[in-house]
Amino acid sequence: MSVRPPIAMLAELTHRCPLACPYCSNPLELLGKDKELDTRTWVRVFNEAAEMGVLQLALSGGEPASRPDLVDLTAAAHQAGLYTNLITSGIGLTPKRLDALEQAGLDHVQLSLQGVNAGIADWVGGYKGGFDRKMMIAEELKRRGIPLTLNAVMHRQNLDDLEETIEMAVDLGARRLEVACVQFHGWAQKNRHMLLPTREQTEAAKQIVAEAEARLRGVMAFDFVPPDYYAEYPKACMGGWASAGINISPDGKVLPCHAAETIPHLEFDSVRDKSLKEIWFDGAAFNAYRGTDWMPDPCQSCDRKEIDFGGCRCQAMAIAGDASATDPVCSRSPMHGRVTDLLADALSETSNEFVYRRLSRSA
Amino acid sequence: MLEIGHSDRPYLPRGVRIVEDRVRGGRILLAPEKAVALDAIGEAILDRVNGEATFGAIVKDLADTYEAPQGQIAADVQRFMMGLRSRIFLRVKT
Repeated sequence: MSVRPPIAMLAELTHRCPLACPYCSNPLELLGKDKELDTRTWVRVFNEAAEMGVLQLALSGGEPASRPDLVDLTAAAHQAGLYTNLITSGIGLTPKRLDALEQAGLDHVQLSLQGVNAGIADWVGGYKGGFDRKMMIAEELKRRGIPLTLNAVMHRQNLDDLEETIEMAVDLGARRLEVACVQFHGWAQKNRHMLLPTREQTEAAKQIVAEAEARLRGVMAFDFVPPDYYAEYPKACMGGWASAGINISPDGKVLPCHAAETIPHLEFDSVRDKSLKEIWFDGAAFNAYRGTDWMPDPCQSCDRKEIDFGGCRCQAMAIAGDASATDPVCSRSPMHGRVTDLLADALSETSNEFVYRRLSRSA
Repeated sequence: MLEIGHSDRPYLPRGVRIVEDRVRGGRILLAPEKAVALDAIGEAILDRVNGEATFGAIVKDLADTYEAPQGQIAADVQRFMMGLRSRIFLRVKT
């Protein structure tokens, strides 16, 4: 199998974030500031990435604006020839900082959206006043003409506001709207009872997105990640393990996806010890589920094995207890019954409390 | 809604640009969170997109350069540009 270089890199600059979203894609064990890579190391990584063929860089977190060196990092990535995309809640950005980021060559901003008004958004984000500050930054981005994607993270508590969410994205001048239904790893898994949408919401969402997509063609593009528990076939997670994307954690661990650390037997190399190229091509974690040879049945003999690549390895780990199993979301998985059970459990549980994402005190 | 008129002037909006792919070769259209490898036809079309040239002028230039019928070229360019426009990788001045 010939391994091609990655196209996109997600740099998780920090786990620090003023928000505490209960579906955060960061791991349960959050890293403190003292564990983070320094500016110089990140710059080296960006240069290595560009040299090996990475084209797109997402500067993410946590909240990347929590890093005082965000402007320097953006400038360095831009100089390395990378397309720079800031993935932010907007908190920590100011007009002055946006001046500097534009100057540094920032190409695009992806702004997260927790809800369409302060009531729901600040409850979901666990941060009072966050929505108003986000809207101020959104207006500022619009005024400057900085290309904007709105990333609306959707779940049971806000899916009924989908139409309003779409209108809001149009009003804010977003070119793209990600209707990203929560995927259940880490923090989201802890909050599944609060976040899992109903089947009715899922069906309605598909219709609303299809209608809006047709109506807004040429105005705003959509990326829709439907809730996969209701799907017949699993999502083609990462377009196949270690095929196109590479992830760097705040302390320099190189991961095939942001949730990969939930697979306990995998060992991850660090950019502190090895070159990115060496890790991508020869790293044990990257080769663990690359291609199709690792697949068990029913995947191995499945006509869809190069369509969905067996689904998501982290989800197989979380639900089947085996990262090399068929993603149990797949209706052909022998473990599919567990997904049906999870759905029933999550929808019948009566709680109205989120488990917010927090840095554990002992860490 | 996406169709480009004869006198429209297409352009690449801020955040969309074409770069050389040093590792894989060829040229790539980079846009927010997307990268599209361009084939020779796509390159030839986008080389002529500058916000000044009209759709009609671009088609005529391509037809002259490649000695092909304008009708055929117009259909190909229209299809290509509509695809980009639907993803907001291309906009037009009217």
